[in-house]
Amino acid sequence: MKVVGKPLPKVDAAAKVTGRALYADDIALPRTLHCKILRSPHPHARILSIDTSAARRMPGVLAVITGADLPIKFGILPVTQDERALEHEKVRYVGDPIAAVAATEEEVAAAACDAISVEYEVLEPVMSIDAALAPAKDEPIQDYGGPNNIHKLVALEFGDVDGGFARADHVREDVFFFQGNTHLPMEQHSAIATYVDGKVTLWSSTQVVHYVHRALARVLELPMHRIRVIGAAHGGGFGGKTDPFAHEIIVCKLAMLTGRPVKCTLTREEVFYAHRGRHPVLMWVRTGVTGNGRITAMHFRSALDGGAYGSYGVASTFYTGALQTVTYDIPAYRFEGCRVFTNKPPCGPKRGHGTPQPRFAIELHLEKIARDLGLDPVNMKRRNFVQPYTRTVNWLRVTSCGLEECTERVIKASRFHERERRAGHGMGFAISSYLSGAGTAIYWNDMPHSEVQIKVDRGGVTVYCGAMDIGQGSDSVLATIVAEELGLQPTDVRLVTADTDTTPIDLGSYSSRVTFMAGNAALEAARKMRAMLAEAVEARGHEFGEVAFEEACVLAEARFGTLTSAGSYTPPKIAGPYKGSGVGPSPAYSYSACVVDLDADARTGLIAVNKVWIAHDVGRAINPLLVEGQVEGSVYMGLGEALMEEQTFRKGLHKWPSMLEYKSPTFLDVPEIETFIVETNDPEGPYGAKEAGQGPLLPVPPALSSAVYDALGVWIDEIPVTPEKVIEALRRKEKGEEPRYGPQRFPTVPYPPTIKVEPPPGAANAATASI
Amino acid sequence: MKNEVLREVERIVLTLDVNGEAKQLLVPVHKTLLEVLREDMQLTGTKHGCELGECGTCTVLVDGHAELSCLLLPVQLEGRAITTVEGIARGSELHPLQVAFGELGAAQCGYCTPGILLSAKSLLEGNPRPTRDDIREALAGNLCRCTGYTKIIEAIELAADRMR
Repeated sequence: MKVVGKPLPKVDAAAKVTGRALYADDIALPRTLHCKILRSPHPHARILSIDTSAARRMPGVLAVITGADLPIKFGILPVTQDERALEHEKVRYVGDPIAAVAATEEEVAAAACDAISVEYEVLEPVMSIDAALAPAKDEPIQDYGGPNNIHKLVALEFGDVDGGFARADHVREDVFFFQGNTHLPMEQHSAIATYVDGKVTLWSSTQVVHYVHRALARVLELPMHRIRVIGAAHGGGFGGKTDPFAHEIIVCKLAMLTGRPVKCTLTREEVFYAHRGRHPVLMWVRTGVTGNGRITAMHFRSALDGGAYGSYGVASTFYTGALQTVTYDIPAYRFEGCRVFTNKPPCGPKRGHGTPQPRFAIELHLEKIARDLGLDPVNMKRRNFVQPYTRTVNWLRVTSCGLEECTERVIKASRFHERERRAGHGMGFAISSYLSGAGTAIYWNDMPHSEVQIKVDRGGVTVYCGAMDIGQGSDSVLATIVAEELGLQPTDVRLVTADTDTTPIDLGSYSSRVTFMAGNAALEAARKMRAMLAEAVEARGHEFGEVAFEEACVLAEARFGTLTSAGSYTPPKIAGPYKGSGVGPSPAYSYSACVVDLDADARTGLIAVNKVWIAHDVGRAINPLLVEGQVEGSVYMGLGEALMEEQTFRKGLHKWPSMLEYKSPTFLDVPEIETFIVETNDPEGPYGAKEAGQGPLLPVPPALSSAVYDALGVWIDEIPVTPEKVIEALRRKEKGEEPRYGPQRFPTVPYPPTIKVEPPPGAANAATASI
Repeated sequence: MKNEVLREVERIVLTLDVNGEAKQLLVPVHKTLLEVLREDMQLTGTKHGCELGECGTCTVLVDGHAELSCLLLPVQLEGRAITTVEGIARGSELHPLQVAFGELGAAQCGYCTPGILLSAKSLLEGNPRPTRDDIREALAGNLCRCTGYTKIIEAIELAADRMR
């Protein structure tokens, strides 16, 4: 390999370090109008009237629109088309968009928003899971779902769960809570649209140009070929720019009305309202084990606080239950999930999408079981590790799996078992797994998930792909794969990406899918191109690589005409035969193991993280520098969630919609991170590669909480682990109460009758036999 | 209605020295340096994350010191030397910090990068041999959500090494 596996700089590094990269808000077009959005000051209210007449009369105002101008509902999932770009009937959270203005100056647009008068009938807000499960005082938030404010209920059982518990030597139940938090991208969402010759063009800070394209076509009632969506340079997503957003639709509509470019950049406060972040999740788990800690059955319940709209919520709900079996071999498994609507900004996918919460619960729960049995938690977990090339009881196909090696690396490097004990010092261990791309698309179709075209002309190579580089380096992955096949350097490859007019489809940067899926499409296209070049060169009696690339191009163009090739990737059809089986399958799973070392102060409750060791099975590192960057960034974000980040509300209002008050780790807060890249060469990944961007976040919160127990002897069963919670747990311990801070109970949820699913043939047999 | 924003805004003529070029501007007095750089001078390399002085994204140098351009008014800055990310390379030769950030993967989405480069430049000018703690302290006002800061610290160390 000439370039694959080398720590090369990103292909866009120069643009990023010189300030030359153009983010959406940097795009300045002649005659651009500025857009501001009027948002609801109430968490829950009916809109009785909207009077925009004063705003329309203001000098400099060119257009004012309300929900009546954009009445068609949209939403990322086909089953929950419940959002409007502007609401004219009802508002469901503080920040819900109501009206929008296009004006010559931003200040004028803001003043015009202030001049719009809205009459509300204020309704009782629903602000918690418990409140959402109870009958609504006034009316439910949404007109679907139910009973009460329940959005989604699911109950699935795989294998003989009752039998598994009956066979267990020890059964334990625990309740955990993971507080919601937000992505906090450094770049505020921004979009700019033009309307020229009957055609809309939108530049946006989005992770998914294709899904924005679809939503625009639906709401604007235009055919897709009259809409062009271009991903501008991207200032951070983490899942937060994976929905189609109101402001994206609004600027298009205003451009259509005014005939001028219209730009909308959200303020930082508005970014907190756009949200789609980590769901707060309450979890109950019951597990049966044999005397040596081998799992016989698990029953897991989750209740997700979804906020006001569906977003990705149905998928998020399934994700809280889907991947438990991909880390530990669970021979019988029951999952009951519930998502509720509340009057808060909608939750959605944040790095790890629905899986960091159950990961936290399961890892701590197993730590407790190990201690109940007097077993070493690391060894007990190891005994239950899922094995490579197996199928789980819920039909998920596991291929390459580096869990054992990841564990070995971090346990050894951290001297986990050899360390000296000292007061206030603790270490914690946890593992995780994540998808290398969702195996099914957001909307049902049989088309490829990613497509790549290559054009070779006068020695120049151009790669076209709809994939969106959000900073993770997807452009570099495409360039590296094509360069490897054609015998070039990544910087020799020109890229045209994330533009619905000029690039073939890629579903976007979510679910850790790009390296695996766009990478495979690029590999196929590059190998076809290489075959053409090689054939032309060989016809002249040379080997490919013996003649200069430019000469090979001339020979091939003379032989074949215009040199183009294409590749595409469709994930294997591996979902199980049950409703809900579309969430969880992936062509391959990544694996991580992590050790957190910290000192906890029993007097103040303050936690100082000294070091994090993390090993990540990425299959094959196409660029180890970028893989390390993804792993380090994941650990950082995991520490932020574990220690301080929370999106919480008081009397219907976001407590801290600002970057100062929403605490996130600074340079001073992040410890040394030692990263180990483990390579298992997945048979289906490009050159064996799997994902790196999300999985390594997952083990960090449980490893941190376990380390706090190790240091102080108190369980903090709730994320974030704040000093107040540590102090309260220590106070309880001193009083002889349970040495724990966390939720006391799981609410009564009207789960539907459990759907019993027959496990796949062969699944869990090995596990049962070894018990 | 907020009529005050609709009245004629007061504008002022002033000369700003940005990246070694003196430029005469006519700008509304209330506009921040960040807005004037981005909107009146097309220097969009300087980014914004909050416009409240909380995130460090809009950091520029004023007489060599790192300052937040969202909290500065151009009327305060006549006669001061302002440096933005566009001004740290020498022609087409990148600054050692820019080179090191590229080599070591210290820029992912790149949005915080201009501000961080300038904070780092300010640090290295006063302290050519910073310890890790010096770097953490000097950069504590610049948030980054992508990198976990690790590769940024390594890149600053590498650049400092090469600049000595």
